[in-house]
Amino acid sequence: MSAVDRRGFLRASATSLCAVVPAFALLRPVQDTVPTAGPSGRLWDPNRAGPSLQPVTAEDNDAAIQAIEKRLKCTCGCGLDVYTCRTTDFTCPVSPKMHAHVIALTKSGMSGEAIVAQFVSEHGLEILMAPPKHGFNLAGYFTPAITILAAAAILLVVMRRWVRHATPTPAASDPAGGAGASPVELERLREALRHTEA
Amino acid sequence: MTLLGSLALWVAFLLGAWGAITGFLGASRGRGDLIASSRHAVFAMCGALLVAVLSLEVALFRHDFNVEYVAAYTSRNLPTFYIWSGLYAGQKGSLLFWATVLSIFGALAQWLTAPRHRVYLPYVGAITSLVAAFFISVMLFGHSNPFERLPYTPIDGRGLNPQLQNPGMVFHPPMLYLGYISITIPFAFAMSALLSKRLDTDWLVAIRKWTLLSWLFLSVGICLGMWWAYVELGWGGYWAWDPVENASLLPWLTMTAFLHSVMIQEKRGMLKKWNLGLIIGSWLLSIFGTFITRSGVIASVHSFTQSSVGYFFGAFLVVSAVASFWIYAKRLPLLQAEASLESLVSREASFLFNNLLLVGVAFSVLWGTLFPIISEAVTGTKITVKAPFFNQVNIPLGLALLAFTGIGPLIAWRRSSLPNLRRQFALPAAGGVLGLLVVLAGGMRDFYPLVAVTLGSFVLVTVVQEFVRGVSARHRQYSEAWLLALGRLISRNRRRYGGYIVHVGIVILFIAFAGMAFKTETEATLRPGESVSLRSPYGWTYTFTHLGVSQYDALNRQVTAATVEVARNGKRIGLLSTEKRQHVDAEGNPTFQPSTEVGIRSDLREDLYVVLAGVVNGTEQAVYRFTINPLVWWVWYGGMVLALGGLIVMWPGGGAIAVRRAQAGYAVKLVAEKAKPA
Repeated sequence: MSAVDRRGFLRASATSLCAVVPAFALLRPVQDTVPTAGPSGRLWDPNRAGPSLQPVTAEDNDAAIQAIEKRLKCTCGCGLDVYTCRTTDFTCPVSPKMHAHVIALTKSGMSGEAIVAQFVSEHGLEILMAPPKHGFNLAGYFTPAITILAAAAILLVVMRRWVRHATPTPAASDPAGGAGASPVELERLREALRHTEA
Repeated sequence: MTLLGSLALWVAFLLGAWGAITGFLGASRGRGDLIASSRHAVFAMCGALLVAVLSLEVALFRHDFNVEYVAAYTSRNLPTFYIWSGLYAGQKGSLLFWATVLSIFGALAQWLTAPRHRVYLPYVGAITSLVAAFFISVMLFGHSNPFERLPYTPIDGRGLNPQLQNPGMVFHPPMLYLGYISITIPFAFAMSALLSKRLDTDWLVAIRKWTLLSWLFLSVGICLGMWWAYVELGWGGYWAWDPVENASLLPWLTMTAFLHSVMIQEKRGMLKKWNLGLIIGSWLLSIFGTFITRSGVIASVHSFTQSSVGYFFGAFLVVSAVASFWIYAKRLPLLQAEASLESLVSREASFLFNNLLLVGVAFSVLWGTLFPIISEAVTGTKITVKAPFFNQVNIPLGLALLAFTGIGPLIAWRRSSLPNLRRQFALPAAGGVLGLLVVLAGGMRDFYPLVAVTLGSFVLVTVVQEFVRGVSARHRQYSEAWLLALGRLISRNRRRYGGYIVHVGIVILFIAFAGMAFKTETEATLRPGESVSLRSPYGWTYTFTHLGVSQYDALNRQVTAATVEVARNGKRIGLLSTEKRQHVDAEGNPTFQPSTEVGIRSDLREDLYVVLAGVVNGTEQAVYRFTINPLVWWVWYGGMVLALGGLIVMWPGGGAIAVRRAQAGYAVKLVAEKAKPA
């Protein structure tokens, strides 16, 4: 009986692997895709699925309507905009009504701005997700930036004063200096120290 | 056990008061006996509060529904994993958790502080005892005792809010609390330095690890909160600029500013006043966050039920602010800088501007959070300030901050010459331009994402350049292999290179935030077998095919699950399930409104986010919301990188001594080379 040498063993193993791996791939279960629309069966307990919903309409996906709804706050107390609330909190009774109101106003021919104005007239400024940019509320938008710019200007003036009054401090302890290092060596040391400084 | 818990609370309160009084008296009069008594009181208070926590946990696990808190936040069928988190799920329990963790931190500060910093401990013990005693007093005198009993015993409890039954909520609140609470220790050291007039850099060294710990806990807590909001709330985002979210961001921003400015004080003896102000401000902001969460003064989806404890926190905030800044003002003459700025183009100057921006962003967030109250007070009209306002105001500021993340490390300490600046900025600037060109070529035209990618590339190249130069220097000097040189570079200078890794995390986060500008979504009603398609920002088309709806019972909920098959450009990539969960008590009665469980498929490029809105007329015809969220995975990855960088920075060792040793090594090597005959 002839012994199998190492090369033969490796060759046989490689051949077996080449045969087995595709076989496994073929044997791997494949999920059936759904061929056609099936029956829409009734749920065992519909109450578990939350309130019954109406099918989605084209208006629900209308970008212009969504843009309007993202500017309006749902009045249920969730703090979300109407679009986010109606597409997130499916138990909210308020946001679907506000959505229907927006659709109705859109169908009556009102523009986005007019619809928002209509909601403001009905509910007050609080209905807007962000305050309008006029009067005192305009200051709300610019106060942080103006404050930071003013602080930066003051900081710059203070820093200039500091620089003017600064007395140049001696350079950081330079251990090689005492050894009479050449400029090239000092530069090398500086470069090395730069990468070890905290 | 509840009697023991109540008793433990009273004992802890008395010990806290005793620890505060003896600590202040002992430190101010130099009485060693009082100081020792205060120190013992800190440990004893910690023990008493641990007994209280244990008592409450026993009541929670034994389903002692006669305890009002246990009945309000747990039920018999609540998974064990979430019974533990019942401890901080409600107002009363979270106050106990807060006081206990603070007492543990206080005890650890007494125990672990190095001998050379022990001079600060008497006041530190007094201040931590005082703050802990305040929290216990809110429980005892603010109708918030978690051990309060009901006049009857319900058969079952109400259970935990379904949205809190998520692993993220087991870890997110404790992390955030740990961040908030641990700020008290640096604050206590700062106040101790002020009170004892020991205002050199020693107190900064003593709090270095504590400030990093607070910052790290806050960072991880905020990221976990974002993850929880994303996977659980179902609105498809992770940050809504809610007042409670903002409250967690405020101390994080000021602590980040402190971690930068403290380097200037350590190196140059400058900014002493500013650093003390930042620590005091950060602590006050953490109490402010607690006030917002618990007072109901500003409407938030995250806040606890409105209760009288808000008055306690409001008063505590005002008294603490007045007392802290009064002492601070009295000590201002002692806080003179030891050196001055030598140039406007220096690392110090860039850190100052970076601090200005960080504190400016904190001010901006605080301003937006309080603006509804301010506007109503001025105009008499109620307004709402939500995400559109915050995005308009804060995105430009955030991008400026991102720019400074890259600029700071490129400028030398003391002063930078023009050739030096040119050499340092050349590659990063080219990297920024290259990043811009790549995304422009990819078709991106939105302004803010373009700026974010440009600045992100700039910062990334800055960090890479710093690493490459550092590794090259080690490779040249020590002939180390590249990987070894990298490892040693980081391990021997953890603060610097750990900081750079944090910067990489920040860049990743900003790029990921920019990705949300390209979010696409649609709603659809589908019968089994029907499909809807949605185009991804990357250009491919996803097809979602509704397979059907199934219903089954789980431990504490009745589940309605809808499944869709997902295909990308016609090639099947898998299944996604989304659920409606009706939580029930042990008798099968509904306990909360049905909640939604989102189906998410994540990869590096984008997330498919599927929400079952409901069904039509009790049939399998399902109403879905499909969303494609680009780059969301990178938010979690960025958070991990940020935390990793923070861990490297605060890992023990590699501090000043190791740096000095390394510097000495270079010098010796150079001198030895020079001594060699030519």
